[in-house]
Amino acid sequence: MTNHWIDLKNTDLALIIGGNPAENHPLSFKWLTKAKEDRGARIIHVDPRFTRTSAKADIYAKMRSGTDIAFIGGIFNYILQNDLYHKEYVLNYTNAPLLIDPGYKFEDGLFSGYNPEKRSYSTDTWKYQTDAEGKPLKDMSLSSPYCVLNLMKKHYERYDIDTVCKVTGTPRDVYQQILENVAAMGAKDKTMTIMYAMGTTQHTVGSQNVRSYAMLQLLLGNIGRPGGGVNAMRGESNVQGSTDMALLFHILPGYIGTPAAKPEHATLQAYLEKETPKSGYWSNKPKFMVSMLKAFWGKAAVKENEFAYQYLPKLNAAKNYSHIALFEAGAKGDLKGLFAFGQNPVVGGPNSEIEAKALENLDWMVAVDLWETETAAFWSRPGAKPADIKTEVFLLPACASYEKEGTISNSGRWIQYRWKGVEPAGESKADLDIINELGNRLKKLYAGSTRAEDAPIRDLHWDYGQGACDIDRVAREINGYDTTTGKLVPGFAKLMDDGSTCSGNWIMSGMYPEEGKNLTQRRDNKDKSKIGTYLNWSFSWPANRRIIYNRCSADLTGSPWAADKAVIWWDPLQSKWVGEDVPDFNATLAPDKPGGCNPFIMRPEGLGGIFGLNAMKEGPFPEHYEPWDTPLDRNPFSGQLLNPVVKVWRPEEMGTPDKFPIVATTYRLSEHWQAGAMTRNVPWLAELFPDMFVEIGEDLAKEKGINNGDMVVVASARGEIKCYAMVTRRFEAFNLDGRTVHQVGLPWHYGFKGIATGETANVLTPHIGDGNTMIPEYKAFLVDVRRAG
Amino acid sequence: MQISRRSFLKLSGATTLSVMLADLGFDLSQASAQVRGFKIKSAKATPTICPYCSVGCGILIYNENGKLVNAEGDPDHPINQGSLCSKGAAVYQLHENERRLKKPLYRAPGSDKWEEKDWEWMIEKIAERAKKTRDANFTVKETVTVPQTGQAADIVVNRTEAIGCLGGAALDNEECYLLQKLMRGMGLVYIEHQARI
Repeated sequence: MTNHWIDLKNTDLALIIGGNPAENHPLSFKWLTKAKEDRGARIIHVDPRFTRTSAKADIYAKMRSGTDIAFIGGIFNYILQNDLYHKEYVLNYTNAPLLIDPGYKFEDGLFSGYNPEKRSYSTDTWKYQTDAEGKPLKDMSLSSPYCVLNLMKKHYERYDIDTVCKVTGTPRDVYQQILENVAAMGAKDKTMTIMYAMGTTQHTVGSQNVRSYAMLQLLLGNIGRPGGGVNAMRGESNVQGSTDMALLFHILPGYIGTPAAKPEHATLQAYLEKETPKSGYWSNKPKFMVSMLKAFWGKAAVKENEFAYQYLPKLNAAKNYSHIALFEAGAKGDLKGLFAFGQNPVVGGPNSEIEAKALENLDWMVAVDLWETETAAFWSRPGAKPADIKTEVFLLPACASYEKEGTISNSGRWIQYRWKGVEPAGESKADLDIINELGNRLKKLYAGSTRAEDAPIRDLHWDYGQGACDIDRVAREINGYDTTTGKLVPGFAKLMDDGSTCSGNWIMSGMYPEEGKNLTQRRDNKDKSKIGTYLNWSFSWPANRRIIYNRCSADLTGSPWAADKAVIWWDPLQSKWVGEDVPDFNATLAPDKPGGCNPFIMRPEGLGGIFGLNAMKEGPFPEHYEPWDTPLDRNPFSGQLLNPVVKVWRPEEMGTPDKFPIVATTYRLSEHWQAGAMTRNVPWLAELFPDMFVEIGEDLAKEKGINNGDMVVVASARGEIKCYAMVTRRFEAFNLDGRTVHQVGLPWHYGFKGIATGETANVLTPHIGDGNTMIPEYKAFLVDVRRAG
Repeated sequence: MQISRRSFLKLSGATTLSVMLADLGFDLSQASAQVRGFKIKSAKATPTICPYCSVGCGILIYNENGKLVNAEGDPDHPINQGSLCSKGAAVYQLHENERRLKKPLYRAPGSDKWEEKDWEWMIEKIAERAKKTRDANFTVKETVTVPQTGQAADIVVNRTEAIGCLGGAALDNEECYLLQKLMRGMGLVYIEHQARI
């Protein structure tokens, strides 16, 4: 989230798309309700299914799964054709007036530079025109055809209301209302929040879906302001923190890119030269990288050995190591061992039977969990023959969150401390102690080695105690300290690139700024701010800032755009930024000084990126492409049906509408959680939703002769499952250019273990992912439904 | 307004007690105070944060003589102000639950059952397996072509592609940090978790 949960109370309009907070983030609605009551805010819900969020919305718009870019593209077109964007903001705080290379083109769904063999782009033309010094040229009159705003206007002129509604299936009158309501948020004194979740991201165009939301918020001048922002409602209690900590192949802690086996990453110096921008806050990357290497390898990381840079594993530059790739490697037998800490891919993974089978090829697997999950017990799943499965499985009992202590980061980036309330159940242990013991044991095995390839593990700085792990030492290392004196660093601004400081994760540096002050433990809930920043409750990264890019909340003179939307403002008497939040900006840089109106400090040019230079693999502007399984035979916006850059793993497993005419999506229930182990083993929750079902609209049920409660078979190009039919009015058929297309939905929580069991929805979903992140396309695929037996 | 015993008990745990009771039109404060007293009179309350979704609601864990006696919304928490959803309200049963794994379990190749083992044995065997697999499948250097010159160059890569590590979204930050540090120290590149899917 750029903003945070309590900030929802400051909004004038909540555009909720690809999420269902009333059911899946229920307490967030406390703050939306407050916005409705206190300031007359409105709620728009866009979703294929009418949910409890829709029931609380002022406008509900149905939208076929996988058509977000069409939906948002139509809003761009309306705003740009009618000049309804926030002009001062757009002109000064975004790259809208900057000029783009004349070689940049867009034709029939493809941007300039496409290579169909490689299914990828050369980004040579996706760049600014620059002057002799390399500074981008701009046209503040917005008259040049090469300026970003005009290119955007041209790009989206195809997204007229008729074409959009033919693709999304949204009723035209409802869409018209949404255009008017959303565009009104371009007024200086109004802000809209966009709230989204996995309904947005789990698509072959998931990243571009999110990007389209960010661009909309830039056009409306809603980033960096109270009640605004782009707000991801994350699914797990610490998925924000685990992402920040880079339990992902492509990043290191604090969003530093993982080095790859290519000449420009061959040495630390080369890596830093290549990856460090000349301007913007990322120009400090060498300090963060070297401090991280010092945290990893301690005394063994010295200037003479590039601070142990060569100890970091480097990726094969041509390979992808994401979840889908990991299981494809497993399916081929290339993976020999696997650790699974509280993750259950046999239920939660795409095309889950492939993933279960891949586990059969392992020599060994370690599962760490509170429960016997479907993944831990994959060898005894229905249809499996244990005698033929040679995988050795180690299942370690982990303790529950309140049987140990530590911090977690919520969606609003608040790093909150949890204390231990009760002793662990049985012999279960904290994951921290398990990881520490495993580290201690491995270190012992490698202690005497003189082999060069063992140096990275032999020299790993691992000093957290024997038996129980000293969590305070871990917290200090994450925050960072002076490597000579051990004194804690006050924040990331004090990190150095000469080895004199360490910090395991620079973005969290500042959470433990001095002895005795772990700020994540703060519980002062008195808050005098009008906008509810709660600066003395826990600690929010970065630097306790609650609203990211909050320099945008003030105009060119440094005054708030509107009195009730004030976050920080320039105080000329004190010559600094003051207000209700920690400035996400140089605190003493006056608005009239160079850079004083460049609020996007992480960007090299300090401006919001309406035109994405080379950030996205599909191109600078989001373009609508159909899902891998699509009910359409042609894309009304261009000749490209599928996202031109996605990697196709299993071409034979594409669902087509002749065999599978119904669109399907997975979704979640209030009473269950993720792959289900944490709720299907809990009697109170299992009782509330005991069985697996497919939700079917009344119109489709009638057509198929299916009654509520019937057993049905749901089939896709990947497999089929049996479950109950739940017939409701919450799904309604879509009218796509005169053609009727139905959609159904399946909760993805069920599996064969636990108290509440059921067949697994992900047997049906495809092994294909987004063009940038490879997140699986769980939210738009094709099925057929028939009565069982 | 009709009020059942069940909803009365529910109300008695709410922090906005006085406001809600006023809404009911009669005074339940004495009765509710007694109910509250019975339950958690001498228990120690410890604040925690809900382990389910990412809103980050506060929960109080009540421990009496080492036993979990209650778990309810933290009235002092600024986000949820004492309220909880169906899942948050059920965290009590995460501890008091006969289905929890209480001992390490081992499944031998080809076996159709779990065997109980002690921690020491498990950690030792896991470390041995990890070392063996890593050492047998470790790439120190990779030869790549330099695009500008077309010449081959050796690059130190220090990685193994034979071991994967999944998970993290259910772990604490400190745990995530150590987990990725250890796995990267071992040379893993297949490091992934729930955020990807």
